[in-house]
Amino acid sequence: MQSHYPKLTLAVMVLLAIVPPALYLSGHTFYLDVATRLTILAIAAVSLNLILGYGGLVSFGHAAYVGLGAYAVGIPAYHALYGGLEGWGLASASGLLHFPLAIAVCALFALITGMVCLRTKGVYFIMITMAFAQMVYYAIVSIKTYGGDDGLTIDSRSEFPGISLDDPLQLFALCYGMLVLCMWLVRTIVHSRFGMVLQGAKGNNERLITMGYNTYRYQLIAYVISGAMAGLAGVLLGNFTTFISPEMMDWTRSGELMFMVILGGVATTVGPVLGAVAFLLIEEVLSTITVYWQLPFGILLMLVVIYSKGGLSQIVGQWSSKHSRSPKPTEGSNP
Amino acid sequence: MKHTALALAAAALAGSLHAAPVKIGFVTTLTTGAAVIGKDMENAVNLAMEHLGGKAGNTPLEVIFADDGFKPEVGKQATDRLVKQDKVDFVAGYIWSHILLASRKSALDNGVFLISSNAGPSQMAGSLCHPDFFSTSWQNDQTPMALGEVLNKKGVKSVYIMAPNYAAGKDMVAGVERSFKGKVLGKDLTKWGADAQLDFSAELAKARESGAEALFVFYPGAAAGAFSKQYHQAGLAKVLPLYSVFTIDGISLPKLQAANFEGVLGSRVTQSWDPTLDNAANKKFVTDFKAKFGTYPSFYAAQSYDSIMLIASAVKATGGNMADKAAIRKALKAANYESTRGKYTYGNNNIPIQNFYLREVVKDGQGNWTTKVVDTVYTNHQDPFASECPLK
Amino acid sequence: MQILNGLQLGLLLFLVASGLTLVFGILDFVNLAHASLYMVGAMVCASLTLSLDNFLLAVLLSLPITAVVGWVVERVVARRLYGRDHLDQVLATFGLILVLTTGAHLIWGPQGIAVPLPQWLQGQVSLGETLVLPVYRLVIIATGLAAAGFLFWLVNYTRLGMLIRAGASNRQMVSALGINIELLFSVVFALGAVLAGLAGMLIAPITEASLGMGNNIIITAFVVIIVGGIGSMKGAFIAAMLIGLIDTLGRAYLDGAFKLFMTSEAAENSAPALSAMLIYIIMALVLAFKPKGLFPPKVR
Repeated sequence: MQSHYPKLTLAVMVLLAIVPPALYLSGHTFYLDVATRLTILAIAAVSLNLILGYGGLVSFGHAAYVGLGAYAVGIPAYHALYGGLEGWGLASASGLLHFPLAIAVCALFALITGMVCLRTKGVYFIMITMAFAQMVYYAIVSIKTYGGDDGLTIDSRSEFPGISLDDPLQLFALCYGMLVLCMWLVRTIVHSRFGMVLQGAKGNNERLITMGYNTYRYQLIAYVISGAMAGLAGVLLGNFTTFISPEMMDWTRSGELMFMVILGGVATTVGPVLGAVAFLLIEEVLSTITVYWQLPFGILLMLVVIYSKGGLSQIVGQWSSKHSRSPKPTEGSNP
Repeated sequence: MKHTALALAAAALAGSLHAAPVKIGFVTTLTTGAAVIGKDMENAVNLAMEHLGGKAGNTPLEVIFADDGFKPEVGKQATDRLVKQDKVDFVAGYIWSHILLASRKSALDNGVFLISSNAGPSQMAGSLCHPDFFSTSWQNDQTPMALGEVLNKKGVKSVYIMAPNYAAGKDMVAGVERSFKGKVLGKDLTKWGADAQLDFSAELAKARESGAEALFVFYPGAAAGAFSKQYHQAGLAKVLPLYSVFTIDGISLPKLQAANFEGVLGSRVTQSWDPTLDNAANKKFVTDFKAKFGTYPSFYAAQSYDSIMLIASAVKATGGNMADKAAIRKALKAANYESTRGKYTYGNNNIPIQNFYLREVVKDGQGNWTTKVVDTVYTNHQDPFASECPLK
Repeated sequence: MQILNGLQLGLLLFLVASGLTLVFGILDFVNLAHASLYMVGAMVCASLTLSLDNFLLAVLLSLPITAVVGWVVERVVARRLYGRDHLDQVLATFGLILVLTTGAHLIWGPQGIAVPLPQWLQGQVSLGETLVLPVYRLVIIATGLAAAGFLFWLVNYTRLGMLIRAGASNRQMVSALGINIELLFSVVFALGAVLAGLAGMLIAPITEASLGMGNNIIITAFVVIIVGGIGSMKGAFIAAMLIGLIDTLGRAYLDGAFKLFMTSEAAENSAPALSAMLIYIIMALVLAFKPKGLFPPKVR
């Protein structure tokens, strides 16, 4: 039902851990930025993969959680600098507040919206998740204190005892660590009994219900976990860009996250990471060649969807297992 | 951090020895409907480079264009890339206030000079002013302030206000409210950005019902055409005269002329620059621009041309030595170049102290629609936020 | 006045949404790029208007051109995605949006095209003392109603309509009867394109034909068909009117209403946001109580 490519996963993660810092230390500082953005997007994609890939719940509003997470850094940091909200204990530059706050806010938002969304199926689900994301978008736009449409510059990154996120290397290390943690968490969930029920509900919901499982509850929990994880990506993104705007929650951003998951291969551990890598490479490379980069990108997107079912992880995974396992092509061609 | 500093120092050293080019990043909008402004600016920058012969003194100049996609986040990323990957010495451009605000730290925190060719958000003139930030345009409030002054002179007692809901829109509204002495009977801030609201029927109906004597609007770029058309279709020209800033300009006029909306002829706007301003630099700029690109340059083009000329003057004055930041800062501050608007000086917050003119839309000798100066509203006007800026 | 504005918006929404709901209901195909056809219709019509100097003629010529574009899109892209996961369709048509938008950018350039109206459409009609309406807005309303009427007639009283309804409820049956289902699908898709294109042409003289115009309306159109119930023409019509009215009235009167119980500054800040959120709130409410929309199609 699902495929894992342990060697591929390991290879990708090792490369991701070594290459960007090496480039950074050799003076190519920009590439570390790209890599940090990549790991953050990968976390969001991993979180989406939990519900989309394993749970079959196509959320078209996932960018809203990333945005909410980012504002969980921006708003306390803003008040720490400019005053206000002290009584609420929210005026703080401390990451020990930002991170739990983002996760809690996103989990709560996922719980409330999930209770409504999960009553619907199929396209209705896609659209209602998007509707909630749009609501958050417009809500943030309306709050003039935090810049509204114009966004908010974060003047100080989250503070932690012992580490400084102003150092690009430490920030990257934190993002990387969080990515590994999230990948491990999703894997563990998927292999647990909970994960089995979740995946079962994707295939045949009625059967599981007749077997006595309350699949609604399983799906809701998965939805909340996924939202919280996307919130984590948001905190990191806020710390990375030091600028946040409602634009981060636009529906096209949610579409990009979906694209990463599909491109990389749904319901795989490494797929979302590969998808994020591919997405950023495409964006970076094409946009430096031409300002009309969206044209080839759009064509590519259609080709990927029309012609590849298992995504990149399947293509690369099969190719590499072919080459590692079989000296004789006849044997290996059908793994 | 150390590595960056070393690399920069090495690059600077190499620069003085081999006359490596001084790099200018130019961030503007090259996609979406707003790209029409970006294209005009790009043309002006290329014209400036041509006039300079690609050199400032003996130092070659290189311009790298980047697209902000009309989104603050993308604009910031573009700035990051210019600063960190292309290692530019100046970043210029920026049409939109919110994008400039988002990109500000990316340039200034890395010791790169930031030149705004258009956007003039109040924050960056006031509390967020910076010794390495310069403007070749204006602070957002100034142009609408001049318009408010025009309204006062005409004896208009009440207005209705419409503007897009983003940083500059709010500054424009604040600006006209600052100088206008009559009553504001209502205002609408409409949705802006990549999916901006372009049907203003509900707002125009409200404006009519308010009973105001005049309508003040700010709708730059693509929205200008849509707005001016609906204004005339709604039959408001007689009941509610239109006063606008940055709406009817070199960008929208050719389009309005192609569609033959004669209603805009004779309408009045305020601005710090006009194609008819009588100085040598402006004449050369307007003539060559028209010859090369076939249309009148817009004020966006003029200010972009000025940005490149300002940078070139500073590079020339310091002999291309990019390591000496203080000398470049001083040269920029002197504004010792031929600006298309004529001579101006910089205030303590590095925003020009300059004249503002009342312009009228007219037909030129060949029947093309353009503007001409009819009055000088402000002479050597300084923006109202200069006092909030701690710089001397 | 504001009610008529709302009506006009509702009818334009219906034109876009009806095509969307047709394609969705019959072809089971989610087409995010539907509104790009709206943009294509507007751009083609705008450039024709300028070169022919005749708006009506341009509209008449643009309709078949939009149909052809729709036909090609169906043949080249959509066809390969029938029967696939909705997710795949959403993503592929997302790609199609990028292609069509950037393509239009390359063809027509970044600037929008202002569309002039003939003299007789430019005037105003006065209804009473304070009510002054631009003629063209009335034309839009009339055209929209006519198109809606035509569509009802087409679906309910013609052979094609019968096939469309039959195709929506049971695809195998229709093809078993020897009907060329592929052709039927192409026709439906092209019809949807024409409806969207017509909406684009109608709005172009008011706003202008521009690149981003499709992205503004697609999400609202989806809200309409979701609220109305996917595949239901009646639902699409009622929901489009509802959303058009709510959106317009919300923008017009909400800040006034808010000023009754909060400071005027707070009202100016929160009213635009809430009026933008209104349609999504309605959609969430409808789906919370009727998970398949107001008028769920009976057979599926």
